[in-house]
Amino acid sequence: MAISAGRPTEQQGPSNPLVAGLERLPVAPTTLVIFGATGDLARRKLLPALYNLAHEGALPERFHLVGIARKEKAHEDYRAECEEAILQFSRRKPDDDVLAALLANVKYIPGTFDDAAVYSSLGDQLQEFDQDSGEPLNRAFYLSTAPEFFPLIIDRLGTGGLAHHERAKVRLIIEKPFGTSLQEARELNRKVLGIFDETQVFRIDHYLGKETVQNMMAFRFANGMFEPLWNRNYIESVQITAAEDIGIGTRAGYYDKAGALRDLIQNHMLQLLCHVAMEPPVSFTAEEVRNEKVKVLQAVPHPTPAQVPNISVHAQYTSGHAGGEDVPGYKEEEGVAHDSTTETYAALRLEVDNWRWAGVPFYLRTGKRLARKVTEIAVTLKPVPHLAFSQEGSLGVQPNQLVLTLQPNEGVSLRLGAKIPGTRMVIRPVNMEFLYGTAFLSQSPEAYERLITDAMRGDATLFTRNDEVEAQWLICDPILKEWEQSTDGLPTYEAGSQGPPEADRLMRVGDHWRAI
Amino acid sequence: MPARVLNMIAFVDLEWMGEIANRLRGVGRYSASRLVVLAYERRRERLDARVMISSEREPTPGELALLRETVVVELGDRHLGDLTTIADPLVVTDMPTLLWSPHGNHEIAAPLLGLSQSVLVDSVDEPDATEAVQRAGMLSEQVYVVDLAWLRTTPWRERVAAWFDPPGKRLELAHLSSVTVRHHPESTVAAMLFVGWLSSRLGWKPSAWVGDNGALRGSAHTSRQDVALCLEGTPDLMVRGLEDVTLDTAEGQSVTLARNRGGLRARARSADGSEREWTIPGASRGEGGVLGEGIRQSLLRDPTYLPALDAARAMLP
Repeated sequence: MAISAGRPTEQQGPSNPLVAGLERLPVAPTTLVIFGATGDLARRKLLPALYNLAHEGALPERFHLVGIARKEKAHEDYRAECEEAILQFSRRKPDDDVLAALLANVKYIPGTFDDAAVYSSLGDQLQEFDQDSGEPLNRAFYLSTAPEFFPLIIDRLGTGGLAHHERAKVRLIIEKPFGTSLQEARELNRKVLGIFDETQVFRIDHYLGKETVQNMMAFRFANGMFEPLWNRNYIESVQITAAEDIGIGTRAGYYDKAGALRDLIQNHMLQLLCHVAMEPPVSFTAEEVRNEKVKVLQAVPHPTPAQVPNISVHAQYTSGHAGGEDVPGYKEEEGVAHDSTTETYAALRLEVDNWRWAGVPFYLRTGKRLARKVTEIAVTLKPVPHLAFSQEGSLGVQPNQLVLTLQPNEGVSLRLGAKIPGTRMVIRPVNMEFLYGTAFLSQSPEAYERLITDAMRGDATLFTRNDEVEAQWLICDPILKEWEQSTDGLPTYEAGSQGPPEADRLMRVGDHWRAI
Repeated sequence: MPARVLNMIAFVDLEWMGEIANRLRGVGRYSASRLVVLAYERRRERLDARVMISSEREPTPGELALLRETVVVELGDRHLGDLTTIADPLVVTDMPTLLWSPHGNHEIAAPLLGLSQSVLVDSVDEPDATEAVQRAGMLSEQVYVVDLAWLRTTPWRERVAAWFDPPGKRLELAHLSSVTVRHHPESTVAAMLFVGWLSSRLGWKPSAWVGDNGALRGSAHTSRQDVALCLEGTPDLMVRGLEDVTLDTAEGQSVTLARNRGGLRARARSADGSEREWTIPGASRGEGGVLGEGIRQSLLRDPTYLPALDAARAMLP
């Protein structure tokens, strides 16, 4: 029989010849359990993502959702809450029939996360679904709770006998933050891996689910013209910026404990750095891609206490003007202590000490209430070695700069030198621009739609591995410790500005922060 | 910002241009970035053209609006010999071009195939299923064919592939003993392509369809047993495409996927005779969605279409 092989799916055995050519690969029948089912993340992101997957016919052919949260309520009441959240936050207007079909498979279990009865009820419910289906369904436990509950829930899943199943896959999806320090991350990893195998664990960094981040891999590894230049011989510096023009909104409770470095640099921005600096993976599989990223993180020297002041700056915004309006300073924001020393801005100068990148500075900065919302990676090339024409009367020949913009308008821009029309050979920089939105018909799915599907399929490519998260903390932990122990006052910057002037001292001679 | 994704040449009858404009409005974001409408009216002497630039929606502050361009050229019999020289300068260079001739006119529009990398057809529009399959086959020898009849089978193919994806179930593929597809009366080609897909993916050797009281019956030879095949038109189905698909195994297992409100209704029977029913959520794309998907698919390449089409051709009566 001439059955040709289809694309591999998560499970072993003979290949499925019917999956070849399909854009949407099958997802095994699954019951998804959300801990923290009534929280903000579930309402704003997870439930709308599940609806959109249902709308597109992308959920498994057998799918059940179980919500777990503290408050006592009936299944019907929880379904009504799900419906309300989906109606409010879905990226498309829900179809009544599809929504009804999705909600028909939703159940709710009330209780506190330390209550053994919750896990007993959950086990019964999962078994009931299995019996209804005539087969054991895969199980995915999504921890969408405050991080202090992660160890407790993991522990109870283990003691409740829910962490493994003889005939079905059991997966654990853990939201960020994965620890608030190296020690916490290690302890959490120990707890997780004491009960689950690493292959069962999916640590979410929702940045990795964004098309824009995945596009960076395509940009680097599907275009032969850039890779020969992508090294210390041609690149002068790399600048990664994630600037926001808004304040902390209603997130004071979380943000005041976390700060800018934990919120963005330890996870998202180090992921971006990895995507810029990693070697081409042998194949686009979870292990190969993550191996290469870990190598990058391991090549970043861990700062010593003495180095921290020279390679890092942190600051906090004061009142100022943004978008033509007066805005409060961080300490005047609702829910923030008046004596808070939490940084709302963080900038680092890191190095990647390997053959490709030795000597190239990687500048990272992030902040709230800056002049503009932008996430970009700017790669500045070395200047030309000799210039045959005078720069008199021009803005001067500037090094080529490749800017990958992730948001708000995803694109690529290349700065080139061009002759100003006229009788003299005078040069000025011009930009060659490309916007992804102009070149594709499709709308990008929400990051959570991709990540939930991948987790249910068992594809961990877009999730952070245990050694990866610890390698991230090894870089950030010494900086945080030094900042906490520092007796120097926390610098400030005016809301709506470019950030604190102190950030300039991170720059090597000749380097400058790009205007936000 | 002007979008730069895809040229689409639509060769249409001038008197039905409004209907085509309505259909294209339904595709939303899947609109070609440059649409060249060649509106044909037999006795027209003058060549007229007009250009429109539009954005799908009002951009929010800080967002860039994507602009799409439409060029409408009204022409008559006397211009048909110069079709390519009329259309060629109007398409954006270095961008793929999709040809669509929704009102037939296949022979008249044929010279435009030379400008195109792909052609959009809807085989269910053809009055005769055999001719439709043969025509798609001939077109495939020249350009990449996107057949809306094939795209109407996509959710069915995805769900059947998913049903047999668990390792235990994959083994059942070799035990299939019958396949029955019920379809809209005009969608025989979609049903033929669905069976052609199964046949090509599973390495069956199918025989020709035989008419039987309004249905088409056939069989496919496999290394284990023959598979009985049946296509039945269902006059009650109001939308084009498939109504339901049933696959049985020699051991008595069966699965039926049927069109239903809010998704597909699945009904599975085990070898012991026990039955289960449930709904797999999913929204109907509607005809606008199918056409939009056709435009999007012209930028992709489905490696399973041609083998499915070849298998469907091999089964033609």
